[in-house]
Amino acid sequence: MIKKLAGCIREYRTPTLLTLLFIVLEAVIEVTIPFITAKLIDMIQEHGADMQGILKYGLLLVVMAVISLCCGGIAAVTCAKASAGFAKNLRDDLFDKVQTYSFENIDKFSSSSLVTRLTTDVANVQMAFMMLIRIAVRAPLMLIFSIVMAYVMGGALATSFVVLIPFLSFGLILIAKKAMPAFRAVFKKYDRLNESIEENVRGMRVVKGFSREEHEKKKFGAASEDICGDFTKAERIVALNNPLMQICLYANMVFVLLVGSRLIITSGGSIINVGEMSAMLTYGFQILMQLMMLSMIYVMLTMSAESVKRIGEVLSETPALTDPVNPVSEIADGSVDFENVSFKYSAKAERNALDGINLHIASGMTVGIIGGTGSSKSTLVQLIPRLYDTTEGTVKVGGRDVKEYGLDALRGAVAMVLQKNLLFSGTIAENLRWGNESATDEELAEACRLAQADEFVNSFPDKYETHIEQGGTNVSGGQKQRLCIARALLKKPKILILDDSTSAVDTRTDMLIRAGFRSYIPETTKIIIAQRISSVQEADMIVVMDNGGISAVGNHETLLKTSDIYREVYESQTNGGDTNE
Amino acid sequence: MNKEQTPKRKLNKNVLGRVIRMLFRSYPVMIPLTMFCIVASAAISSIPAIFQQKVLAVVTGFYEAGNTDWAAAAEQIVPKIVILATLYFLSIIFITLYTQLMAVITQGFLNKLRCRMFDGMQDLPIRYFDSNKHGDIMSYYTNDIDTLRQLVSNSLPHLLQSAIIVLTVLGIMLWYSIWMTLVVLLGVGAMVFVSKKIGGGSAKYFVRQQKSIAKGEGYIQEMMNGQKVIKVFCHEEEVKEGFHQINKELYEDSFRAHAYANCLGPIIMNIGNVLYVICATVGGLFLLSNLSNASLRGLITGGGIFAAAFTIDIVIPFLNMTKQFTGNINQVSQQINSIVMAMAGAERIFALMDEKPEADDGYVTLVNARIAEDGTVTESEERTGEWAWKHPHGDGTLTYTPLRGDVRLTEVDFSYVEGKQVLTDVSVYAEPGQKVAFVGATGAGKTTITNLLNRFYDIADGKIRYDGININKIRKDDLRRSIGIVLQDTNLFTGSVMENIRYGRLDATDEDCIAAAKLAGADDFITRLPDGYRTELNNNGANLSQGQRQLIAIARAAVADPPVMILDEATSSIDTRTEAIVQRGMDKLMEGRTVFVIAHRLSTVKNSDVIMVLDHGRIIERGGHEKLIADRGTYYQLYTGAFELE
Repeated sequence: MIKKLAGCIREYRTPTLLTLLFIVLEAVIEVTIPFITAKLIDMIQEHGADMQGILKYGLLLVVMAVISLCCGGIAAVTCAKASAGFAKNLRDDLFDKVQTYSFENIDKFSSSSLVTRLTTDVANVQMAFMMLIRIAVRAPLMLIFSIVMAYVMGGALATSFVVLIPFLSFGLILIAKKAMPAFRAVFKKYDRLNESIEENVRGMRVVKGFSREEHEKKKFGAASEDICGDFTKAERIVALNNPLMQICLYANMVFVLLVGSRLIITSGGSIINVGEMSAMLTYGFQILMQLMMLSMIYVMLTMSAESVKRIGEVLSETPALTDPVNPVSEIADGSVDFENVSFKYSAKAERNALDGINLHIASGMTVGIIGGTGSSKSTLVQLIPRLYDTTEGTVKVGGRDVKEYGLDALRGAVAMVLQKNLLFSGTIAENLRWGNESATDEELAEACRLAQADEFVNSFPDKYETHIEQGGTNVSGGQKQRLCIARALLKKPKILILDDSTSAVDTRTDMLIRAGFRSYIPETTKIIIAQRISSVQEADMIVVMDNGGISAVGNHETLLKTSDIYREVYESQTNGGDTNE
Repeated sequence: MNKEQTPKRKLNKNVLGRVIRMLFRSYPVMIPLTMFCIVASAAISSIPAIFQQKVLAVVTGFYEAGNTDWAAAAEQIVPKIVILATLYFLSIIFITLYTQLMAVITQGFLNKLRCRMFDGMQDLPIRYFDSNKHGDIMSYYTNDIDTLRQLVSNSLPHLLQSAIIVLTVLGIMLWYSIWMTLVVLLGVGAMVFVSKKIGGGSAKYFVRQQKSIAKGEGYIQEMMNGQKVIKVFCHEEEVKEGFHQINKELYEDSFRAHAYANCLGPIIMNIGNVLYVICATVGGLFLLSNLSNASLRGLITGGGIFAAAFTIDIVIPFLNMTKQFTGNINQVSQQINSIVMAMAGAERIFALMDEKPEADDGYVTLVNARIAEDGTVTESEERTGEWAWKHPHGDGTLTYTPLRGDVRLTEVDFSYVEGKQVLTDVSVYAEPGQKVAFVGATGAGKTTITNLLNRFYDIADGKIRYDGININKIRKDDLRRSIGIVLQDTNLFTGSVMENIRYGRLDATDEDCIAAAKLAGADDFITRLPDGYRTELNNNGANLSQGQRQLIAIARAAVADPPVMILDEATSSIDTRTEAIVQRGMDKLMEGRTVFVIAHRLSTVKNSDVIMVLDHGRIIERGGHEKLIADRGTYYQLYTGAFELE
């Protein structure tokens, strides 16, 4: 997984490496600065304010500060570039990967979880990446430099670190170990709390309709209180970091002052002098600070591990469908054959969604499919443009196995209007051109006339330039369905599949649409799934589905005689409530 | 590049003040205690410089005199170090205390804020939810609360701490040498200037980054939802291209924002380094030139402002203080971004909390009642299955009206937005037990009428009476309790199927819920779920079909057993064959109740007592099915398929 993530650095390798380089340079300077400072103090102290010495070391310090500033500045910019670029590539990769998904893969992830992975999770990883290149190299380096410098300078005085470093490390790790599981647990609860807020916002009519405001408040209050308790516990553990750090810092100060003074006085300044002693204080601070940084990285990385995992799931998902090696790009005609087709949505599913389907649809036929909810009507037609692969048996289009075609070619020839259909934000014309990018305005109007959509489109002030809101919320259900049909027609398909696509359209318009199909695209195979008998009544062939199998095939008249299900549906629609009263 | 104006970064003092006031009000003891601890620990951590200086003075004295007698020196040094250690010890106690307190306060404050937001939100009128994007409301609870967490737990304590340290250090500096202090302040001025410039740029791009993120999120959301459509149209490449474009913009803003923010630290720290050198040089010059040193020490310990000489043991602690100063300014500058973002977040949160709650001046309440044979109504403590409106009058008398479900709308006008009338002169009379249906095109005002019945919206003109009582006089809770609704978009809640059904009446037993499910025709599929009635639903019942969700919603309304019911496209997603089966249950459910039905399928409304045909907010036809067919009007045309419904 880490390898895959590292692969996202790509063109930002240079800034990443530059960041590392300049951070290291900056660190080197930062560690030597106390050393020079000590000399400077020495100049003031030992040599009775030797101005030449002060200026010499002062100038040196200024030069170092300038270099450090340059290094720090460059590193700041390259680091920002590298981490922002890394995040960009990661988002691109994720998005592109999702585009390779087949329906089976899409079913696995909820769209909201994909959104979180592309946003929040990437942001977490970006932060971790930034920390990593800025601090992960610098902190250990600084730690080692500082320890070495401290020994070189302070000798015996540095022994305090022998105690302090393990003590602080142990303490920090202990805190992190204790706090992290607590945080992880509470974050899950927190997510659930936010989900329940969302439910409330969405279902406010239900809440208010049942006067459940107080009930919801109480429920939310309890859940929030519970989370607050857990959060507080976890945060209190983490809050120990600060005092722990201070204890070490102060202990070091006292030790250095006490032992240092003694050393200076007893040795007459030969082992260590005052300047060096104050440098020791600075090094002490730096060493402990670096340990703190390391523990921060540790926490940050483990926290982002969850995000990395979730991103990894998306990236490592293998598309369930792939193009064949030598794809056929020509579809002979619009005939469809199901040969002993069985299908289940996942290998684990106990029951087949489709079982032993055999069906021949000749090119140019109009076929109606009818059946109750859960009878697998949609499943059946989704196999035709190879949105899913069969579990057993073959589906043939134009006399060839669908697996032999290139997906683009197959889906170009098989236009499908999904049950759960969507328009995208943009103008009506832009939406229609999804069907055919190079369609002329005349062709758009033509398709809309066929789908009985031109009338209402022309009634809008901006006509085909009318802006559609996200999800198509500013047109009615029936209008949306007709635009979706027009969009599919623009593909000039050999096979047209309507999956319950006229449910919100009134019977008369529904009829006009079908009449249009008959006269304008007679050679196209039309497969119509519908709830209304009237939508399929005059089809050449009607397939009655029940429980994942074909229960009966025939035309309207024969089915009324032979199929109980068909008759029941028919009666429920023609007689309405009368029979129940 | 600078086409856009720099966003106003003026810290909205009102917002910050309000956050702080809220903090104080929530924790009137803990906040001052915490502040005391922060101030104390900050002050203490700046004092040691003095003792350090004193120890160094002794050491220097001995060293210069060539005296190597540690015992003599220890006599002077050890007591000072003991005081130092004691101060450190105190400081640690204070630090421990305040960090622990902060953990408690931060989470407690967020909890209170969350609950206040949620409680306030529950009391908002439906209009608020209809006119605000749900995603926006959600982000108040997630992103904006998060920025406040940063502010309370991090930025505010840091600011206070740094301010105290800076002030104390400044005091000590002045104590020693006014001239040197001026030198340091000059450097500080430079740092503040740079922080303002760069911090401003950083904040500007952070705000832009926030916008790009929102834009990207919108695009991702739309495409992830439409993924199947993309596949069917082989539109992957186009969609990718669109995303890469948006992603690139996000990258630019993110890069700039972070570049500025990252630069701030090195710049300030290195100005600090230069300042250090300047101080050392100036200090050295002072020592050499024997300039008279101005200091508060001289002023206070007597002898005038120029009395205390500038010595070497002042220079060194002074240099250390310079470092401390720099460190703290750096700390503050790192907080700029989070403060700017927190203010923006707090502003939105306060806007939500300041929304006007749904007003309710109803005083007629719904009570359990016993209705005697002669029609006299007496109020009852326990559930009797019979209900009455308790109506207190201006003259102090009290009347009880039995709840029957008689609903009358008289000449009702209504508009959602001023000037765009949705309903005009609508009159509907529904007698108890009647089934009234509304038919008409989308936007004709069918759902609007039901919105008015339970007062999700209030009418502009006309009257609605419920059992003869003006519904404006009825307490909203009681009014809504007496009207059951089943909507087209079913909303279920996380929890078991049983809990979801019980939502209709919280004290319903399991048996009541199952009976209601059977009535609604939902029992059959529920018992076939893996855990039956205990099956957990989440994500709005995503594991169920739309039809199954509707059946649960119907059961939920059934268990409430209300005298009046509104079914708004309640069976639209159930196929007609199943609907015919459910119909029997529905009929039983509707028996003896006043029911308002909105349906797209005419087969669903056919057997209603009265059918209202709505067109552009007016009732154009009314009557039973037979009559309307005989009239050969719009309904007839709809029924015969000669007319469009949607």
